[in-house]
Amino acid sequence: MLSEVEKKEIQEEMKMYPVASAACLSALKIVQEHRGWVSDEGVKAVAGMLNMSNEEVESVATFYSRIYRKPVGRNVILVCDGISCMIMGHENIYEHIKEKLGISYGETTSDDRFTVLPISCLGDCDHAPSLMVNNDHYNELTVEKLEAILSQYK
Amino acid sequence: MAKIKIDGKQFEVEAGKNLLDTCLELGFDIPHFCFHPALGSVGSCRLCAVKKYKDEEDSRGRIVMSCMEPVTDGLIISTHDEEEKTFRAEVVESLMTNHPHDCPVCDEGGECHLQDMTVMTGHNYRQFDFKKRTYQNQELGPFIKHEMNRCIQCYRCVRFYKDYAGGKDLNVFASNNRVYFGRFEDGTLENEFSGNLTEVCPTGVFTDKTAHKHFTRKWDLSNTPSVCTHCSLGCNTLAGERYGTLRRIRNRYHGDINGYFLCDRGRFGYEFVGSDNRIKEIWKQNGNREVVSSESLSEVLSGAFQEGHNMVGIGSPRASLEANYSLLSLVGTDHFYHGVSAHEYELTKMALDFMQNSGIQIPTLKQMETADVVLILGEDLVNTAPRMALAVRQAARHSMNKDAGAKKIPEWTELAVRDNQPVLSTQIYVATPKKDSLDDVIKQPFRGGYSEIAALASSVAALLDKNAPAADSEHKKLASDIAKALQNAENPLIISGVTCGDKEVLQSACNVAQALLNNDKKVMLGMIFPESNSTGLSLFPGKPLADLFASSEKKPVDTLVVLENDLYRRAETGQVNDFLLKCKQVIVLDQLQNETTVKADVVLPAAVFSESEGTLVNNEGRAQRFYKAIPDGENGQARESWLWLNELKEIKENGFEGWSSLDDVFQSMLNELPAFAALKGKFPDEGFRMLGRKIPRESFRYSGRTSIHARESVSESYPPEDFDSPFAFSMEGQQEDPPSSLITSYWSPGWNSVQATNKYLDKPNGDLKGGNPGIRIFPTAAKSKTSYFKLNGSKSNKGTGEWQLFPVYQIFGSEELSAAASSLSERIKEPFLLLHPDDARDAGIDESTAVQVEIKNEKLTLRVNFENSLPRKVAGVSLQLPGMPFVALPGSGKITKM
Amino acid sequence: MEKPLTQHINPKSAPLTFKEYEKAGGYEGVRKALKEMTPAEVTQLMKESNLLGRGGAGFLTGLKWSFVPMDEASKPKYLLCNADEMEPGTFKDRYLLEGNPHQLIAGLIIASYAIQAETAYIFMRWAYKKAEKMINKALAEAYEAGILGKNILGSGFNLDIHLHMSAGRYICGEETALINSLEGRRATPRTKPPFSVVSGLFGQPSVVNNVETLSWASHIVEKGADWFKSLSATGTGGTKLYGVSGRVKKPGLWELPLGTTVREILEEHAGGMAEGYGFRGLLPGGASTDFLVEEHLDIPMDFSTIAKAGSRMGTGTMIILDDKTCPVAFIRNLENFFALESCGWCTPCREGLPWIEKILGAIEEGRGRMEHLEILQRQTKYLAPGHTFCAHAPGAAEPLQSGLKYFYDDFVKHIEQKKCPWR
Ligand SMILES: Cc1cc2nc3c(=O)[nH]c(=O)nc-3n(C[C@H](O)[C@H](O)[C@H](O)COP(=O)(O)O)c2cc1C
Ligand code: SF4
Ligand code: FES
Repeated sequence: MLSEVEKKEIQEEMKMYPVASAACLSALKIVQEHRGWVSDEGVKAVAGMLNMSNEEVESVATFYSRIYRKPVGRNVILVCDGISCMIMGHENIYEHIKEKLGISYGETTSDDRFTVLPISCLGDCDHAPSLMVNNDHYNELTVEKLEAILSQYK
Repeated sequence: MAKIKIDGKQFEVEAGKNLLDTCLELGFDIPHFCFHPALGSVGSCRLCAVKKYKDEEDSRGRIVMSCMEPVTDGLIISTHDEEEKTFRAEVVESLMTNHPHDCPVCDEGGECHLQDMTVMTGHNYRQFDFKKRTYQNQELGPFIKHEMNRCIQCYRCVRFYKDYAGGKDLNVFASNNRVYFGRFEDGTLENEFSGNLTEVCPTGVFTDKTAHKHFTRKWDLSNTPSVCTHCSLGCNTLAGERYGTLRRIRNRYHGDINGYFLCDRGRFGYEFVGSDNRIKEIWKQNGNREVVSSESLSEVLSGAFQEGHNMVGIGSPRASLEANYSLLSLVGTDHFYHGVSAHEYELTKMALDFMQNSGIQIPTLKQMETADVVLILGEDLVNTAPRMALAVRQAARHSMNKDAGAKKIPEWTELAVRDNQPVLSTQIYVATPKKDSLDDVIKQPFRGGYSEIAALASSVAALLDKNAPAADSEHKKLASDIAKALQNAENPLIISGVTCGDKEVLQSACNVAQALLNNDKKVMLGMIFPESNSTGLSLFPGKPLADLFASSEKKPVDTLVVLENDLYRRAETGQVNDFLLKCKQVIVLDQLQNETTVKADVVLPAAVFSESEGTLVNNEGRAQRFYKAIPDGENGQARESWLWLNELKEIKENGFEGWSSLDDVFQSMLNELPAFAALKGKFPDEGFRMLGRKIPRESFRYSGRTSIHARESVSESYPPEDFDSPFAFSMEGQQEDPPSSLITSYWSPGWNSVQATNKYLDKPNGDLKGGNPGIRIFPTAAKSKTSYFKLNGSKSNKGTGEWQLFPVYQIFGSEELSAAASSLSERIKEPFLLLHPDDARDAGIDESTAVQVEIKNEKLTLRVNFENSLPRKVAGVSLQLPGMPFVALPGSGKITKM
Repeated sequence: MEKPLTQHINPKSAPLTFKEYEKAGGYEGVRKALKEMTPAEVTQLMKESNLLGRGGAGFLTGLKWSFVPMDEASKPKYLLCNADEMEPGTFKDRYLLEGNPHQLIAGLIIASYAIQAETAYIFMRWAYKKAEKMINKALAEAYEAGILGKNILGSGFNLDIHLHMSAGRYICGEETALINSLEGRRATPRTKPPFSVVSGLFGQPSVVNNVETLSWASHIVEKGADWFKSLSATGTGGTKLYGVSGRVKKPGLWELPLGTTVREILEEHAGGMAEGYGFRGLLPGGASTDFLVEEHLDIPMDFSTIAKAGSRMGTGTMIILDDKTCPVAFIRNLENFFALESCGWCTPCREGLPWIEKILGAIEEGRGRMEHLEILQRQTKYLAPGHTFCAHAPGAAEPLQSGLKYFYDDFVKHIEQKKCPWR
């Protein structure tokens, strides 16, 4: 199931550790990087490559919040609901997203363009409220800024 | 030793253990969930909190988890302080926030550790007023029911299944208060010890699915100590009865053998007793089948019992000593044959002779767990002696403990010890033809045919002692590694068995042991035998089947009596057919219908283990008694074999007055067979009483005693009598502190669950108070009287065009009785041939296709499974799966495409 | 005033390259340690400097290093840099990672040398994408320059540094959970003892230190213990990155002498409360510390003095509770976080926190009852240190127990009015 590129990247990661299974998390992240999420097949493929059982890999995969075991949209919006963002009004931001995209936490737009998820403190507290879209951080958000940000992601 | 103070009282205890363990040993009721004596301490549930005080002056103290607290000199603790009591109650309160409170419909109810702990900690008022968390359950196969909502997240299941038993397909998923214990997807739990989850889980998440079909609460079971009859290890079991049928098999603690755990064959194999194939009537067969009443049995038989007639008996390695003896006594020593092949007969005798005369230590399973270097030759333990595989798996702990010990990490800190050695490095060596269930804990596998295995072992022996017969293995490096490891070992263990069927492997294993003995090294030799009483039968006088077949050519048999034995599993079909034709009258006593009963003139319905009493001798030469759980007469005309044989003897011998009880048979056996002299007076007989009373099978809380029989009579009926054992079929009697071999239930005030077991032990995970049951009957020779076996050298088939075929046992299916158990039978594979894919390709054979395998005179049709781990030109043949005839394995044979 | 840690950081421009940092004298400490000092001397110097760990617990760094067994048989050993930083309200390590990666690398080399570890891992929070880039670039430069790899500066000492990006979970910051996570396993904390310095990553001796802690190492070696001690206002040693977030005029991060008063940080550096907002309280060092209120403002922000006031120094990044934010909602937000981030290993944390969170939700939404307050009080004691397997749940109990103390009336108002007075 894994592509040659994925396999190669996983092998690179395996070199970082004295035991293969230590690369389990990195491997899952690589699969996710390439596919947006980790499917059952993805878990099995990682298990096969690292000589682990499906259960062993799944046990790890489901522990971490940044491994997605369900499909997500092309772009993932992570709205920081940490304490500083809460104080600084993250609720407005979230409400706006809900209204604009018609999705709540955990949901994906019907065109698969966006998934929105809550995320605990992003470490941007002095510039709250914040969110991330895919790998990009956005700070000191206002509703206007948000409009412009979302329009960049197709 | 350490002086410690608990609740103001002084105790002198072993230092270095954990405090919880010590408190339990001292009899304190410290609540706990995640701690299990065999699984160590992990400190997750936080229930075992006690208060620890700095010194005598300290009046405040601080809460510590007793399971994580090492016992040190001067330790002062309390178990009753208000703060700790509140805390413990709060832990249970926490766990109960999400618990479904569904005890009435839960199979664990009444034997639930969570119920016990809830009552013990005093939490009773529910303040949580929010929605409970719920989970979806999984379908886990024929043995185990899953109900995740009852989970209290003690992690015991995965710690047993994964860490203790090496299972891969059960794990913990997700996190925070959504953690989930299950499989990746629905499907059968594959590990061979999955059934223990039902006892390891402190609540009703994993329960016994087979028992659910005819569920009975613990307090309503009538319990009897039994011994597992499904392999040679003799694990102790508890058989639970109600309404005249066997409801459940549970573990019966034995400190030397099974400890807290059974294998799935032993736990779930019991269902064969209710199989449609059970024989429950006396049959006269002559083309058609006629049911005969007990009264007219003599009329059916008498003709063949005249003087001068040649009457022979075939005994059985799965029948008790008493049954075999009754047969021997009926037909006379000269006419008594061991119902096994000449090959098995020879190997068994040879192995036993070595065990008795070499002066070697025959280890208990518990002792095997302490081995630091293990060499397993030819045996696929998990399939031939499952519980032994679990014991050897624990030996892997040895290297972990050693590593941890160097860093002062105590053995009982379960996870710390494991975390400290994430890449397992053990000194366990396995030499078998194919991949083995223990491969994940061994140093190095060796895959070869039996001749290569024997050569490797011989090389090891020769390296250990120059005087050992030299051998020529191509694997010099491995041989020298193994020899070095054994030489430096503190507690080396060699394992082999009659089951693998190869004389050279067996002899070379003995030679390795002998070499160590000759070096004055301490060494343990673990031996596996094919059946539950193979060892016992082998100590009887008598000859193998082949001798009978041969003599019948000259002297036809007038009456053949076959005891609990399907001859078609012992010899080739043609041979048995020919032989049976030569017998004028064939009487077969058995429990299940089989090919032999089909050929019989008279079939006598034999009682199964749960309906009978008797003695079995296990692989370490330990004689153990099992007792009947079901009163007589519940299964039609079925009776214990010794009773049938007694009757035949009465019919045959005018002067014979009959044995009146099992004790009579046993006494008579001891008088006649010196091999069993050690058993004299060792088993409590029928007359055994405690405070003048019998031991009740039923608990004080047994319900419905009168109403059960209300159909027949509204007045309370007199309980059935038991003339053969110290037990009563009722709740009357003396229940407390029975001898260790006569424990009928684990219960103690406050402890209704199986955790009450600890109250019966000298210490958790220790020995039963009063000693572990069973009598070892081999006098181990003080000095070695044995010498090296001379091996014939390898007789490899290379170049002959024939295949080396070896037997592949299956935990589910290869044992005759359990194979008839309905749930277990779902796990039985169809007969197969294991081939290396490259060999298959060379021969043009595809996977999953059927091939014909020719071994001697027998032709088998088998489905091909690929097995990468096999050496080339060596193929495995599944052994004695339902529908398979006897084949002489190991051996050589031809494989042809169909 | 000296600002050793941040002197080269300008968030608006790229961090110094290896060459630039080298030119600025940044690797002098490494030179000195590897060429002139034995590992034991480095550790001793660290001890003398009194550098207390900046990850939250304030453990003496040199002492931690000195517990590592130094015999040959104990190899391999590992140095682990804790750059997980998921404590809500905390953003100080990120500043150092993005702003001056070479400073951290220099520290890693020295720490690894001191304990004779030949492999170091930086365990970094997945969201720190920019830091990831900067560290990777800096590592590549350092290898290129030969300051990493085999036989560094001809000293015979070898070191490889790997960057491991986490997959998200607050508990990964707990040092033994971090180790499990690095091993590719579930990030549940480990049994202690044994401590990681004896049996850590892959069972080998391992030291875990915070980014800020390690960033000091090279400076201390270069300039000495006395210099380091002289930097603080209270004599504890060093400067500290203090941060403020919430409704203040200038939220941000400043390097100040350790022991600067709360008031100075809040009023001078953060500019005081924002227009229209009043001060009600603050968490001094991240979400898992107890509230401080008005009366505590003149306390020096130092480990021991904050502890005396009933809270903890934690990460030194404050979160301000203003008068327009509902304290119940504030605490609920935190407990929601802690409940979610519980690893699920031990009972009080796994079952207790969700109950707390549910009660706080009920109170905030007007469904609260007075008995709920009793349960909350009881739960904070239930989650006390020693009652749980690790410090996560006790940390979670801190803002709740102090919140109940200082804002009890606000809780009662919610219950009496059956609604949140702030809505
Ligand atoms: C729940 C929990 C989360 C933690 N998170 C972090 C963290 O993100 N970063 C950190 O440096 N230390 C964190 N710590 C503290 C570490 O366990 C450890 O004490 C620290 O990394 C040691 O570094 P230091 O000695 O340099 O302070 C956390 C502790 C706990 C209990
Ligand atoms: S307190 Fe317990 S459940 Fe919570 S994070 Fe620590 S170990 Fe896990
Ligand atoms: S038994 Fe001690 S914490 Fe569970």
